[in-house]
Amino acid sequence: MSLRPRVIPVLLLQNGGLVKTYKFKQPKYVGDPINAVKIFNEKEVDELLLLDISCSINQSEPDYNLIHEIVSEAFMPIGYGGGIKTVDQAKKIFDLGIEKIILNTSLQTNPDLVSQISSIYGSSSVVANIDYKKNIFGKHKVFFKSGTIKSEFNPLDWALKLQDAGSGEIILNNIDKEGTYSGYDIELLSNLNNKIKVPVVISGGASSLEDFKNAIHAGASGMAAGSMFIYKRPHNAVLINYPSFNDFKNLYN
Amino acid sequence: MIAIINYNLGNPKSIKNMLGYLGVDSMISSDPNEIALADRLILPGVGHFKHGIEQLDILNLFEVLNKEVLIKKKPILGICLGMQLMTKHSEEGDCNGLGWLDATTRKFQIIDTLKVPHMGWNDVHYKKDSKLTEDFSADPRYYFVHSYHVQCNQEADVLGTTTYGYEFVAAFQHENIYGVQFHPEKSHKYGMELLRNFNKI
Repeated sequence: MSLRPRVIPVLLLQNGGLVKTYKFKQPKYVGDPINAVKIFNEKEVDELLLLDISCSINQSEPDYNLIHEIVSEAFMPIGYGGGIKTVDQAKKIFDLGIEKIILNTSLQTNPDLVSQISSIYGSSSVVANIDYKKNIFGKHKVFFKSGTIKSEFNPLDWALKLQDAGSGEIILNNIDKEGTYSGYDIELLSNLNNKIKVPVVISGGASSLEDFKNAIHAGASGMAAGSMFIYKRPHNAVLINYPSFNDFKNLYN
Repeated sequence: MIAIINYNLGNPKSIKNMLGYLGVDSMISSDPNEIALADRLILPGVGHFKHGIEQLDILNLFEVLNKEVLIKKKPILGICLGMQLMTKHSEEGDCNGLGWLDATTRKFQIIDTLKVPHMGWNDVHYKKDSKLTEDFSADPRYYFVHSYHVQCNQEADVLGTTTYGYEFVAAFQHENIYGVQFHPEKSHKYGMELLRNFNKI
């Protein structure tokens, strides 16, 4: 029997607030992150992803006080990403009670950070996040710094490199789909899943349980979603929500 | 007072966070004198087995742990690597453990498409009555992250099992010695029920 894939709300932090973006742009304040985490805690979510999108832009350190407040209220596995450039910074985050560090921007210039952290904390504690979008020739390119810096890497080669460096999980995040409710990038997920041994979490575009089902069939170990769990459509009113455990059970049968 | 043993591996703070939420006093310590004063012990841990044993040795914790657990019979709960360290031997680093019960730690023998580590939520089926599992909610599920698992040689020590590729030991109990492969501190109310019960043993 294989394992039930995880369904993971993504919380974007910016200057201490909870925000939601659309294709990585137009950050809109949607509330207090502590309050959102309390609600997700009551809903017994599988896991949470906290991504501080202000750190790489402002070149600032992680907001340790905010992270501390969040983990004191949250009794599920939590991944944190944003502003981690050194092993010491990662240690501070682990010491607060976070179990997964998510790396992205710092890997562009220092991919060795993956192995430096994973050799101490184990590969399952180090997650690599890959933001990507298509260029005008239809080729996928990896982006850094919250989608503001384009690189020449393609997501498949970059994922393999980070896996070999000791990353225990890969998050595949399609910038063009983020916040659009247009479904996951199933094609790239299938391609990557055939080439990679570590678990892959797909992100960007989720709108329904049907999208989760498609991702599971394409081999996803986790399905991340932001807008779907933060907004109520059609008018995108802020309403923290999460499907029931029974809804999930039906997905896997 | 519960002492959460700090031997530089894993995440003692997240256990303290949940105990604090439950109103249970705890301290994170690697000081043998402090540890000897606690009523109960938790041995946490995430990481490499051999590295764990080496750290316990460097911190001079073998003597106090053996005395408090085997002679004074204080309740102790091993979590994840902490559970595995209680066994006689692990294939991870081909290394001897604390040897508190007749069990060994094996690498997952998974042949098909299942990924290792076993990471995510899984159901646990409890096989016998125990103070640790009294009045649990129906269908308990817990968060697991591990590449090695415990194999008990004495069926009577097996408290609960889970299945990933095959059935294996998710929880054991031998007298005052308890171990769980999953992370109660990351498993919502199911983990809270377990830690609350442990505080009453």
